[in-house]
Formats: sequence, structure tokens, C-alpha cells
Amino acid sequence: MPTFVYMTRCDGCGHCVDICPSDIMHIDKTYRRAYNIEPNMCWECYSCVKACPQNAIDVRGYADFAPLGHSVRVQRDEQKGTIAWKIKFRNGTEKNFLSPITTKPWGTAIPKLAEVAGPTQEMRDSELLYSEPKFIRMDDGGLHTLKSNRLKMKKGVAY
Amino acid sequence: MQGYVAIMVLLVVAGTLFDVIHKGSARYFFDNWRKSKTKGAKEVGGGELVSIAVQTAVVDVLASGEFCNARRRLAHLLTMYGFIIYLVTTVMMVFCYPTAATPTPELVPQLWWLGGLMVCLGGYWFWFFIRVDVAAEGGSPFRVMRADLFILSLLASVTLGLIWAFLQAKGGAGARVLFGLYIVATTVLFGAVPWSKFAHMFFKPAAAFEKRITKADGTAENLPTLSRDDPEQQKRHSMELLRDAPMDMGLGIKREAPRHY
Repeated sequence: MPTFVYMTRCDGCGHCVDICPSDIMHIDKTYRRAYNIEPNMCWECYSCVKACPQNAIDVRGYADFAPLGHSVRVQRDEQKGTIAWKIKFRNGTEKNFLSPITTKPWGTAIPKLAEVAGPTQEMRDSELLYSEPKFIRMDDGGLHTLKSNRLKMKKGVAY
Repeated sequence: MQGYVAIMVLLVVAGTLFDVIHKGSARYFFDNWRKSKTKGAKEVGGGELVSIAVQTAVVDVLASGEFCNARRRLAHLLTMYGFIIYLVTTVMMVFCYPTAATPTPELVPQLWWLGGLMVCLGGYWFWFFIRVDVAAEGGSPFRVMRADLFILSLLASVTLGLIWAFLQAKGGAGARVLFGLYIVATTVLFGAVPWSKFAHMFFKPAAAFEKRITKADGTAENLPTLSRDDPEQQKRHSMELLRDAPMDMGLGIKREAPRHY
């Protein structure tokens, strides 16, 4: 189900070019609009579809399992911190989803690694990974539980 | 000159009509509108239509609201308002003050200069620094395609017009040659409407209006219409994690301008 671009919607900003993990979204040299240069190499990750500020990118479904009349469209609203999906079935059934994509304002939860002290030799020799949470170290103390680590089970999807 | 201006107006009208018929854009626009009317979840009333038309005119047309990139928006505003001022003052000078017997008020040529310089500022800024193939793709600013016909003929027309006016005021040599080149560039600008982007000033507002209509009638081109603004949606289980989050979370990936390589 490769992506394609509505040329009249695209303004050639290039966000899709930057985000495409396959590097197949390019800017057309003549019209200066984005296009998928290699649709068969598209793995339908929807990154470009979500990144497009003009909603100019859509995904074409193969006719065998996404028959005519269906639609799967997404709107990533960064300012509200949400992502919304609208799924339309061929028979007219419609499903709408709204989910959070961040719980903190963008850029506020980026770890400042430059300010963290470098690892000691002991840490380098250790089999543990950098910042590996303490509570999964089964060699340290007794059995770790949610309670002993002051954690709480949350209903639903935890981010 | 009055005859020339009238011919240019006719060329723009004829070119736009040809473009509309050739591409079938008007038929597509009305067909689409009719279709969205039948598919829409609610009917858009007359009052709402007027309000949408006003919003389109103010936000999308007068303030170039569709641009996400602030630099592109500013360059577009400079070019657009510069061109309008330049065009109106040119027509005023040609039709209202055609001879020495009817001296032009000082303000009009000053506005003409201001308009021309605004077009040059916005246009050259766009051409050399903002265009996606130069700013992000690393292409040469001197690589010219047919798609550049509008911006290049506009810049050539205004630049040559300004140089010609300057030379004429100073009584310098070459004013006649510059005037000839100015006329050629202007004729290309207004005569090449079917092959250039000139007609965007007519079809872009129509597209922006249609986009707002589809949002109002609920079709939204199949795009989701759910938003966190809606108090009903805030009660959703999935929104629990955002209960205390600010309504404006700032920009995510759009904090950085795209640099393709």
C-alpha cells in the first residue's frame, strides 16, 4: 500500500523527505512537489502521512484487501499532542480514534546527556546497559515488585 | 500604453478561462462541492457559508494562512502586496495621469516604487534562499524550469521596470532598450497564464474555500475531525493521560526546518 501525494495540496515543504525511513520521498525537480520515487519499496510506515502539515499524502490500498470506497486517514496534531484516525469501511461504517502522542510539551523530556557524568570503568565492564533501571537488577536485594519500587499498575495504555 | 494595459487584462482573462476549461478545474470544483454536499454529515447554511468565505478571504487570501513556513509566508506576503500596489499604481498612472497636462500626485509613483521593491525583496528572497530545491535539496539557484515561468517573468518585469524608471528619471542612456525589455517581460508575465502559475491567485482561494467547507460539513476529505478541544473528547479514556497537559504542547518535528540531506 504505497504512499502517494496529492499534488495540489503539497507545497513542497520537505518534511516527508526528511522523515521517510526508506528515503523514497523526494522533491520533484520540475514541479517542486513531493512524490514517492519507488512505491514498491514503501513499507507503509505512515511517517510521511503523519508528518505532512498539509495532509497531502495518502496511502493507496491494494484492491484485494482494501476495496474501493475504503479510507484510512490520519491527522497528527502536534500542538494538541494527539493523533486521530478515521477509518471508513466500504459499507459506510466509520471508526474514529483519538490518542495522545506525548504527555509533556515537545522537547521538555529530552535527556541532557551532556550534563550526565561519564561511565566509570566499573560501569563499562558491567554487563548492564547505560541507565538500566535499578528495579530489573535481580542480583540486588530481594525480589523486586511494583510495590517495592513504588510503582503503580495503570489501566489502559501507559506512555 | 492604455491599449497595451487593456490587451494585458484581456490576455489574463482569456488565459485564465482557457486554463479553467483546459484543466476542467471549475467542473472538478463544482462536482466535488456537489458530492461533499450529499456525503456531508450536516448542511452548511447561508450564514455559515458567508462566515467561511470571510475566513477564507481574511486568513487564507489576505494573510497567506496556508503557508506553514514563516519565511515562505513573509516572502509571499511581500510579493503579493508589492504586486498589488505596483499593479494598481501602474494602472492609475496610465489611465488617470496619462499626459504631462495631468501631473501625477507625488504619492502614486512613490507607492509604485515601494510596490516594485517589495516584489523584488520577496521574490529574490524566495528565488535565492527559500525555494525547496535550493534551501533543502542543495540545487543551484540558476537552474531554471518551466514551472518558474511565473516567478521569473514577474521578477524580470518588475526589475526591468524599476531600472527603466530609474534611468529615465536620471536621463541615462539605454532607457529605451530597458523599456523594450520591460514590455517583453510584462507581455510574457500576463500572456503566459495558461503555462505559468499566474492563475494560482484565482484557484488557490477557491481550493482554500472548499477545504473549509468540507471541514464545516463534516466530510473533511475523509480526514479525522476529532479534536482535543472538544469537551466530549476530553472525557475519552484515551485522553486520560492528557488531562493536566496544556492545550498547546508546542511543535514536535516541525520545530526544525526540513533539511533533506
